[in-house]
Amino acid sequence: MKTLTFSGALCEALHEEMERDESVFVMGEDVITHGGPYKVTDGIAERFPERIFETPIAEAGIVGLGVGAAMAGMSPVVEIMYMDFVTCAMDEVVNQAAKMRYMTGGQASVPMVIRLPCGVGRLLAAQHSQIMESWFMHVPGLQVVVPSTPSDAKGLLKSAVRSPDPVLFFEYKRIYTSKGEVPDGEHIVPIGKADISREGEDATVVAIGPMVQKSLEAAVLLEDDGYDVEVVDVRSLSPLDTETICESVNRTGHAVVCGEDSSFAGAVSEIAAMIGENCFDSLKAPVTRIGSPHVPMPFSAELAKHVVPEVANVTEAVNRVMA
Amino acid sequence: MALSPELCKKMYKDMWRIRLFEEEAHRQTSLGSVVGALHMYCGEEAVAVGVCGNLRDDDYVLGTHRSHGHCIAKGAKPSEMMAELFGKSTGTCAGKGGSMHIADFSLNMLGANGIVGAGIGPATGAALASKMRGTDQVSVCFFGDGAAARGTFHEGIGFGALWKLPVIYVCENNQYQQWVPRSNVAVLDSVADMAGSYAIPGISIDGQDIVEVYEVVGQAVERARNGGGPTLVEAKTYRFHGHSLGDEEQYRSSDEVDSWKNDRDPITLFHTVMAHKAWLTEEEDAAIQDEAKTEITDAVKFAEESPYPTAVDVTTDVLAPEQEVA
Repeated sequence: MKTLTFSGALCEALHEEMERDESVFVMGEDVITHGGPYKVTDGIAERFPERIFETPIAEAGIVGLGVGAAMAGMSPVVEIMYMDFVTCAMDEVVNQAAKMRYMTGGQASVPMVIRLPCGVGRLLAAQHSQIMESWFMHVPGLQVVVPSTPSDAKGLLKSAVRSPDPVLFFEYKRIYTSKGEVPDGEHIVPIGKADISREGEDATVVAIGPMVQKSLEAAVLLEDDGYDVEVVDVRSLSPLDTETICESVNRTGHAVVCGEDSSFAGAVSEIAAMIGENCFDSLKAPVTRIGSPHVPMPFSAELAKHVVPEVANVTEAVNRVMA
Repeated sequence: MALSPELCKKMYKDMWRIRLFEEEAHRQTSLGSVVGALHMYCGEEAVAVGVCGNLRDDDYVLGTHRSHGHCIAKGAKPSEMMAELFGKSTGTCAGKGGSMHIADFSLNMLGANGIVGAGIGPATGAALASKMRGTDQVSVCFFGDGAAARGTFHEGIGFGALWKLPVIYVCENNQYQQWVPRSNVAVLDSVADMAGSYAIPGISIDGQDIVEVYEVVGQAVERARNGGGPTLVEAKTYRFHGHSLGDEEQYRSSDEVDSWKNDRDPITLFHTVMAHKAWLTEEEDAAIQDEAKTEITDAVKFAEESPYPTAVDVTTDVLAPEQEVA
């Protein structure tokens, strides 16, 4: 066990997986210079020079090559520098990577990881701050993974690399520098399993990505209001661990679902609907969603601060459902 | 590999197998047995067969929405392909792909593709895999002239050229992008001229002449196998039928179509070449055509007698069945 940053944990996972399996390789824009835009590919060029490729600025090409290399037996880990740019490769993700296994009657396997640095980091406005998890949750054949801690970042990336099917790996830029304890060596977090980050009896907060940490902080504040809050870190949005979520909500009778993306047709909406369908008899109040308003990310800090949900949004929502 | 009489006979037969498969698929559509879109390859047989005549079983091929010819030329079984068109569980893709998605991974035929130009990146990626593994497999990507307008063409070939990957980009320029003549929507007449942007060889050839296709692509395959990087080959060809079944073809005259059928049929042209060299007797020709007919008749019988997939098959093959990782 050692303390690593979120990006350091991802980097360690890549190093270990490339050591373990010669079919694993890395491809993306600027992934060699300076150890990559987020230092996630740091040291790989020195250790595995034949298995890291710095590419032209050509996202459709990057993902398209990844699909072909994966179908030919390799395990590409491709980086899209800002997840917003994955829209330039939507055909490759949605029509190619996602559907190949199905369209070929199970012949094709596309074991590719698409790393997607997402969300607000520095103030970069509407084309460098998106999240769009629900776009990909809606596509059968894709797995959507959202770690919130360095430990899960490592364990989930190792699982993603070993998965026989494409994984969209969401990395919230704002938590790259967050630190946490990370197990050494073989540490696997299975895709499709949520984690109960904090146990509680009164209300369940289902949280995505950085909202997990904010929900944990909110839970401490809510103790003063007399509420014992459980926090469920979804970790995987597709497949979704409905069992863990429903078990928690059935126990507490109250559910708040929170993420940083727009809640309109967002990941939180699917989870809220799923809870409504499955836990109706246990619910003592309507399920509440927290997300950003349905606007493009503005530039000015004075505007942006009204967009990203914070701790206060969680405490307010829990108080509302408990009222 | 020099053209031998034996190889010529095999290629001649493959051209007939494709022609008869397509004509039978057309007939089965009119009977209602084959459903969905049908993009017929008749008229372009020399390209698929001439290209694949140079390939090994382990070389990769990626195709287009008009790929029945590519699949048969790479070795796919007409029986399983016909069953796929019928939507049967014995089809190449278990009835989940249909005409535009036929694939046979046992032959490294990595799939037709319903999106124009979408195979170019994956073909280049398969070539990257070959290079990384140190094998001498090559990848061939077939695409139409319409694909040359897409970003995937530029991005895919850009990567192939940059990393000197073993890939042959084969543009089947049949002169129409669905209903629109190339001259209406493209500045360059020849797609091969675009190779200069990537500093790779670009060669335009007569796609009706299988000998030329075979020889030029053979050189490109040899160059790719030996680390010389990609080649862009443009085969000028013509489809005898409309873009897809039901096309009213108001954009071209019947005289134009007839002149290609009468004067530029690649099977007839190849027959003339072989007869001139005395490589094919009339008896051999008749036997080849008979065998091809029997094979296609048997393919229909196989498709007809095969079971349909059932409701339980709807949800399989979305993800691999075992998601546990170790």
